[in-house]
Amino acid sequence: MRSKTMAIVCAALMAGAVISGCGSESGSGGKTKLTIGLFGNFGYTELLKEYASTHPDIEIQDRTASYSDHHKNLAAHLATNNGAADIEAVDTGYVAQFKATSDKFVDLNTKGGDQLKDRWLPWKWAASLSKEGQQIGYGTDVGGLAICYRRDLLEAAGLPSERTEVAALWPTWPDFMAAGKQFQANAPEGVKWFDGGPTVLNAIVGQAATGYYDQSDRITVGSNPELKQGWDLVADAVNSGLSAKLLYSTPVWNTGFKQGQFATVTCPAWQMAKIKDQAPDTAGKWDVTSVPGGGGNWGGSYLTIPKQGKNVDKAVELAAWLTAPEQQAKVFASAGLLPSTPKLYEDPAVVGLQNPFFNNAPVGKLFTDAAKQLQPQYQGPKAGDVQTAIGNAMQRVEQGKQSGDDSWNQFVGDVQNLSS
Amino acid sequence: MESLDRATRRHRWDTRFAPYAYVAPYFLIFGVFGLFPLLYTIWVSLQHRNLLDAEGASFTGVDNYQQLLADPYFWNAMGNTLSLWLLTTVPQILFALGIAQLLNRKVRTRTLFRMGVILPNVTSVAAVTIIFAQLFGRDFGLINWVLELFGAGHIDWQAGTASSHIAIATMVVWRWTGYHALIFLASMQAIPSSLYEAATLDGARGWQQFWRITVPLLRPQIIFSTIIATTGNMRLLAEPLLFNPGTAAATGGSDRQFQTAALYLYEQGFTNYDFGYSSTIAVVLAITTIIVAGLGYLVTKRIQTD
Repeated sequence: MRSKTMAIVCAALMAGAVISGCGSESGSGGKTKLTIGLFGNFGYTELLKEYASTHPDIEIQDRTASYSDHHKNLAAHLATNNGAADIEAVDTGYVAQFKATSDKFVDLNTKGGDQLKDRWLPWKWAASLSKEGQQIGYGTDVGGLAICYRRDLLEAAGLPSERTEVAALWPTWPDFMAAGKQFQANAPEGVKWFDGGPTVLNAIVGQAATGYYDQSDRITVGSNPELKQGWDLVADAVNSGLSAKLLYSTPVWNTGFKQGQFATVTCPAWQMAKIKDQAPDTAGKWDVTSVPGGGGNWGGSYLTIPKQGKNVDKAVELAAWLTAPEQQAKVFASAGLLPSTPKLYEDPAVVGLQNPFFNNAPVGKLFTDAAKQLQPQYQGPKAGDVQTAIGNAMQRVEQGKQSGDDSWNQFVGDVQNLSS
Repeated sequence: MESLDRATRRHRWDTRFAPYAYVAPYFLIFGVFGLFPLLYTIWVSLQHRNLLDAEGASFTGVDNYQQLLADPYFWNAMGNTLSLWLLTTVPQILFALGIAQLLNRKVRTRTLFRMGVILPNVTSVAAVTIIFAQLFGRDFGLINWVLELFGAGHIDWQAGTASSHIAIATMVVWRWTGYHALIFLASMQAIPSSLYEAATLDGARGWQQFWRITVPLLRPQIIFSTIIATTGNMRLLAEPLLFNPGTAAATGGSDRQFQTAALYLYEQGFTNYDFGYSSTIAVVLAITTIIVAGLGYLVTKRIQTD
């Protein structure tokens, strides 16, 4: 009797374990099933179909979650050595944290990655390389910075709306804020100059020679003049009423696009796909021009292969194919994600690309120029968390909870806790 | 003879051990899913351990606990937790009593109403929070729109401590009041009507009858509800997490103004990958929950029954 009960309980537990795991590894009809875990919009839908049609032995299933959920789930799956997809995307903000535990991932250098190395921008390749020289991921895209702006709103406030004229308004960030004050004086009801302080600040920080960390992984925020200057500039702009006070990647921010609550937004290349997805009604009202202060990077991702996968070799093959220049060019054309493979920066098909949603802006030329100008910035182990902390700090200023200086001082203190 | 002997022996063996076999499944499942994780959490809380690097763990004894007691973020989170506990548990019990009293009358479509109050409880917590977060939106939220009509102006619900706690408490109360109301209603049905008839003869009015008869006789259910509500409300995670979605969700607001202890645990575990420290928070939170539930028990026990 007891053993029967035991058997039933064990069977129940086994069933539970199987269900909570990720199902079977084999697809239907003897195919190999590969899963790929993504966040946001990688523009892979068509590519995965194409790959499956040329590889009849492979069946691909993609799972997409939100940015935060995806990375938190990935951490949990890595911790338990169970449940990760065969290929997992990792964002720049998290790559330093994951490469610190590089033994959880397949070292792509041992799988032919060392042969492919020259495909990518050198700094892109280096950013996902562990201290011991293991490569945990193939680069998908880089941020590249530009400014997306609403032509109609700028015209309504009496500012020029042609790309070159608009770019001439803001060679530097102080100029950008000065133009904002001009805009705000005659702005339509309920429209602000930019979406939110944290977004603009991210772009300014992304252009600094040194970001939140120096090369020896020390947090620099207390002593980095470029950060403080950027902070003061944005805090002043917030206090002058230029900010719509919407935090990026939140539902209210998405609403802000739909409702036209702001005239400009900092646009890494991947942002264009977001705007198009979030506010399809605003087609043709947007345009894109160069960012103040030259190049700069914000975001971009990698495809990693967790070691726990059952089909590591086939997964590596697929990841290499998805990140190859030919496929990156297709993704740039369909979703606007800027390639991380410099070979394409001279490719007429890429450079000549225009985006109809953004008033046929020459995004190909604009973003490849931005990418060429891009000075790589070293990302330390907890860059993503520092970014969250500085975003919170700027939000405190926007919410009127603290003055710019008080909030900055609190932020510097908060970040010290991170490094412990 | 011998066979009979064997039969009685088997029978004796059966009566002695069979009950254990019957309760075994519960203890097995509790052992696997309850006791083991609990003990393992305590074990991890004594280590310095990265979530992704179990091999690199080192035993540090009570270091994590000392660090936690000196951690201002933790005390802030604990304060928020207790504040939200008060703002959720007390209204839940009071509203549930009121609703149960209303449902206890002989009205038409009684069953429909009784089914209706449980509906909020069967909805998904994530969906509820996302909808409520929109209702509490700063620029286009329905609640601010209504306030605007009455000239009360805009409230940035996420920005303030009090306003964010009220918003989060609203979601929890909305979701759980019906559940407790049904428990109270079931017990009200069991109160003999002769008690009320006698009270009416003695000249007690409805209100007096409610406080002097109904509530005292519901004491066991009120105690039960308080404990259940406490254990749930001390562990609020989804509501504060999804009230401020985006990349900074785990900090519970720009100044951690609505970061609960469970959310701080989540941040330490899944943002900082500090498995040891987040386990420490889990242990301390569990102990605190037991203490608070005990206090709630002592308070509700004082309800007069005689």
